[in-house]
Amino acid sequence: MSSPTGPPTSGTFLGMPAVPPRSPYGTGHLRGARRFPEAAHDELGNEQLRRNLGRATRSIRAKRLDATGELPDWEQLRDAGAAIKADTMNRLPELLEQLERKVAEHGGTVHWARDGVEANEIVARLVKDTGNDAVLKVKSMATQEIGLNEHLESEGITAYETDLAELIVQLAGDQPSHILVPAIHRNRDEIREIFLKEIPGIDPGLDTVPAHLAAAARAYLREKFMTTRVAVSGANFGIAETGTLSVVESEGNGRMCLTLPETLITVMGIEKVLPRFEDLEVFLQLLPRSSTGERMNPYTSMWTGVTPGDGPQDFHLVLLDNGRTAALADRIGRAALHCIRCSACLNVCPVYERTGGHAYGSVYPGPIGAVLTPQLAGMHGADHDPNSSLPYASSLCGACFDACPVKIDIPSLLVELRHQHTEESGTTAEGLAMKAAAAVMKRPKLFTAAQRTAGLGRVLAGRNGTFSRLPAPFNGWSDSRDTPAPPAQSFRSWLASAEGAAAMRAAAAEGTRHPDDDAPEGS
Amino acid sequence: MTATARETVLRRVRDALALSDHPEVEIPRAYRTGRSLPDGDRLALFTDRLVDYRARVHTGPSDRTAAMIAEVLREHGAHRVGVPAGLDPAWLTAFDGEVLTDSPDIPAPGLDALDGVVTASAVSCAETGTIFLDGGAADQGRRALTLVPDLHVCVVDLSSVETGVPEAVARLRPTRPLTLISGPSATSDIELERVEGVHGPRTLEVVIRTDA
Repeated sequence: MSSPTGPPTSGTFLGMPAVPPRSPYGTGHLRGARRFPEAAHDELGNEQLRRNLGRATRSIRAKRLDATGELPDWEQLRDAGAAIKADTMNRLPELLEQLERKVAEHGGTVHWARDGVEANEIVARLVKDTGNDAVLKVKSMATQEIGLNEHLESEGITAYETDLAELIVQLAGDQPSHILVPAIHRNRDEIREIFLKEIPGIDPGLDTVPAHLAAAARAYLREKFMTTRVAVSGANFGIAETGTLSVVESEGNGRMCLTLPETLITVMGIEKVLPRFEDLEVFLQLLPRSSTGERMNPYTSMWTGVTPGDGPQDFHLVLLDNGRTAALADRIGRAALHCIRCSACLNVCPVYERTGGHAYGSVYPGPIGAVLTPQLAGMHGADHDPNSSLPYASSLCGACFDACPVKIDIPSLLVELRHQHTEESGTTAEGLAMKAAAAVMKRPKLFTAAQRTAGLGRVLAGRNGTFSRLPAPFNGWSDSRDTPAPPAQSFRSWLASAEGAAAMRAAAAEGTRHPDDDAPEGS
Repeated sequence: MTATARETVLRRVRDALALSDHPEVEIPRAYRTGRSLPDGDRLALFTDRLVDYRARVHTGPSDRTAAMIAEVLREHGAHRVGVPAGLDPAWLTAFDGEVLTDSPDIPAPGLDALDGVVTASAVSCAETGTIFLDGGAADQGRRALTLVPDLHVCVVDLSSVETGVPEAVARLRPTRPLTLISGPSATSDIELERVEGVHGPRTLEVVIRTDA
């Protein structure tokens, strides 16, 4: 079974496994409004964005190579990381139950959420139960994915993003464009403008020195850290063996949120569980070196349930499905669940470097986003689902596979998704046209006649001799490529002509005097 | 009766596994473990990595602990310094400022008024320049104490410095609140350029005791 789009859907029969559902259509941030080619077309026109991205990804690529090249056992670490993840997926039911038991043993409460809507409701209810109307947020992909901030706002709860880049995105009313550095599309001048406009009481003399911009954020958030009673975080790892959760960060905003509030709510995708505490010895090497290109990130926090006298005394863990089980049911696609969100694949991707993250429409952009997003949310939620264009947002160059610390074969996953997409669209006009083409090619007379007719297409082609958009049923093909106009004369008819015969005779004569003929035997 | 979210998610996971073939996986742990470098090499490596991440390093024998700490605090003009309840009182005998012993009753904003904090540490990793703090240890204190003040003076015994990450992780007590520190707080969020000093302590001073 390669695709969770097969027949059994509701599966109420005893013992008959049912295909798990994708993230519900129309919820969260796993689907853009436009298809990738259209969105990318606009983003490519933004020169400032391309300059910002080019500069940032160039510098991080160099740092990552230094940090990974420094370890003689980097490949062995990748092998271990990949195997631990594959083993985790195989044992997910028992590991999740073990994690739940251990967290509960240490005074935490575990909640389960079938999808993002349910997770949002759980978090909002937990916040309301504390009697508070504001929460601190630690940067978290899971809560971005489910649109938690928007839901909290609709419930009258204010969410303060505390990661510098998330703060920039939030203050600008913008969307994140990178897994690690959500504001990578902004340069220092733009960030200064955003701060001057949005931070109350900020020094109007603020300049564009990154250290000064960071200091401005420190001053703004300090008071929020000291007074806000509830925090919401994600988790990088959840250790089944001990019930320990971990957040990896740089700025200390994570430590603030995990330590100072009275209540902590952590939203974690079910695939983030790890079997053993010992496994951290692998991932604490793989993640920082792949992510920021550092030997170790400045701060990592680990906590197990509740510790009297230290940190939040009320701890909730929300375990989120939201399409992850649908991905797990896919023999090939499930590898996308191994992702540890380091973003190395974004930084090495020639497509991402030019289009930026927004073109992908999902909170997970870049190569991993192009495979993870369709796995979580599907590609056929509607006619012309924007997600169905994501598997084609790649040249399959393979740089992402080489960079991935857990060896996710992203190019193969992309090809598999393309296959699934065309399989699903097999009965469309495009599919029928392909069948018709096959029939014609089998019969030489029909083929010659068809070629003659195609020659007429030149009349319709653009000035540069290409079609940028073909009519239905071939528009799927032309979405991502230009189609050259058919030649005035086919090769077969040229070869049969007097001109063709003369050219072939000349080439044959040339061949007898080939320079290689003068070379000594066996060289 | 409708299934709970827990039952539904767990059933979906089991169904997903039943629908996909998933060969058993052997985990190859061929990466380096159990390394141990001689004291001098470990000290040199650890110091190099700390300095690379803009931490400042002071090295000396344990009978100079109090003197080294006092020197660092004086240099920063620190007058009010916080310490965890279990810190060896002898360490602050050379410091002439005010020493406040932390307790869980002090609200976190109160810690903001401290000029700095002095703690011990549990384990360190030389190769990455990482110090592991164990929130359950009386000489390291609760996590807020090493987070809110702007200056952290951290004492590391060379015997607690391991070579690599696997050796250091093996010495941790998992269920304690743990904080891994590699240099002062930093961000790469503006054009992926590393800037030191965001929300955590902006200054990290490491006092390494070479005979302890």
